Amino acid sequence: MITVKKLVKRFGLKTVLRGVDFEVQPGEFVALLGPNGAGKTTFLRILASLSRPSLGEVKIAGYTLPKQAAEVRARLGVVSHLPLLYGDLTAEENLRFYARMYNITNYELRITEVLEMVGLGSRRRDLVRTYSRGMQQRLAIGRAVLHDPEVILFDEPYTGLDQDASSMLDVVLKTVAAQGRTVVMTSHDLARAEDLATRFDILSRGVIAASATRRQLRKSNLLTFYKEALAG
Amino acid sequence: MNDTLYVSKTTKRSFAAKPSFLRAVFAIVWKDIQAEYRSFELVSAMLVFSLLVIIIFNFALNLDIKARESVTAGVLWTTFAFAGTLGLNRSMSVEKDRGCLDGLLLAPVDRSAIYFGKAISNLIFMLMVEIVVLPVYSVLYNKNLFQPGLLIIILLGSIGYVGVGTLLATMSVQTRTRDILLSILLFPVVLPVLLPAIIASNGFLAGVELAEILFPIALLIAYDIIFISVAFMVFDNVVEE
Repeated sequence: MITVKKLVKRFGLKTVLRGVDFEVQPGEFVALLGPNGAGKTTFLRILASLSRPSLGEVKIAGYTLPKQAAEVRARLGVVSHLPLLYGDLTAEENLRFYARMYNITNYELRITEVLEMVGLGSRRRDLVRTYSRGMQQRLAIGRAVLHDPEVILFDEPYTGLDQDASSMLDVVLKTVAAQGRTVVMTSHDLARAEDLATRFDILSRGVIAASATRRQLRKSNLLTFYKEALAG
Repeated sequence: MNDTLYVSKTTKRSFAAKPSFLRAVFAIVWKDIQAEYRSFELVSAMLVFSLLVIIIFNFALNLDIKARESVTAGVLWTTFAFAGTLGLNRSMSVEKDRGCLDGLLLAPVDRSAIYFGKAISNLIFMLMVEIVVLPVYSVLYNKNLFQPGLLIIILLGSIGYVGVGTLLATMSVQTRTRDILLSILLFPVVLPVLLPAIIASNGFLAGVELAEILFPIALLIAYDIIFISVAFMVFDNVVEE
């Protein structure tokens, strides 16, 4: 579903990604872990077609970036630590706007369905700026799955959430993943990543330093694996 | 909230299709109008600023009627230009602050549709302010500004201003010094629009023959076309890292 070969990203003289090779099969939930500044967000922004690679090849659902970016975007949902929602619009107005941008037919039904999924059906006519951070993040997930994408990218989705909001987000994330989507999530929260993901990749100093599936980690644990990957 | 896993009833993985260019433009314009209707932040800021400027000029230029007539075009365009930067800054800040610009860029639409959507919204807000400022100016300065020729020049000048301003606001909003950077970038670039607009406005207000001001009008139209075409071509590069 996602194939990345020898990906390099430079910002001026600074090289953030130094030849990343990365592959994700359909239906996999990959947690991309790593310290601050490892290049996780840059990597996700390239996958999301928001940033152009300096070198290398990126293919998503058979389409090449940046050449076929529009085709990739139609199959992609993105959730970041920012909600990507308009505070002066209600939840349903926000989703209606994005439904038009994704050319979704019969979108009123789909909006109701998505709002129910993220547990905001009763607050659909409230302005988004009156929502708590957790509610905004759930609505952001609703926005990302509105067009029923094959691939979803989560960039630090738990940033700024309290314990309750994080638990609710867990349920939404599991729901999204259980629908057969391919998910790539960056996170600092190893416990949550361990709970959700089926594969764990460690990005360090601009390359994938280690990769292991849940099955391979059974005898070890994620923290040990993470520390060893960073030390190596 | 449901704890059970959820299965979609309305979609069967048909995936979003690329909307038509006009549909995407309309969606952005409608979204901006809806948000502005709720907050009234952008237009009110531009409006208050514009009214203050013409009132200050009214007192500062305590001139005779003839002298007042000669400064009308200059005062009007100074007011529109400075109020316009407020609007452009605010319009793009709304997109940047909650990451909404990324939300727009993630949609499978032609990126020039995003530019045109934002430019049309900005033009609508600027025209709304101008519609209020013109009668107030007419009363304060005792000068009738509702002349068809002048109104067309104001429209053409506003199109050029917003056309290049939207592009530069998109660039400046991605920097830390966005509030001051837009003015520094915009005014030198937009001068070829403002100068013929002021000359043509002066001509209409002075009642000169149309033939005498055809050159600045043609220049204004040419710059409108050039600026919008350039913005259309480079917008994709401006928004992508």
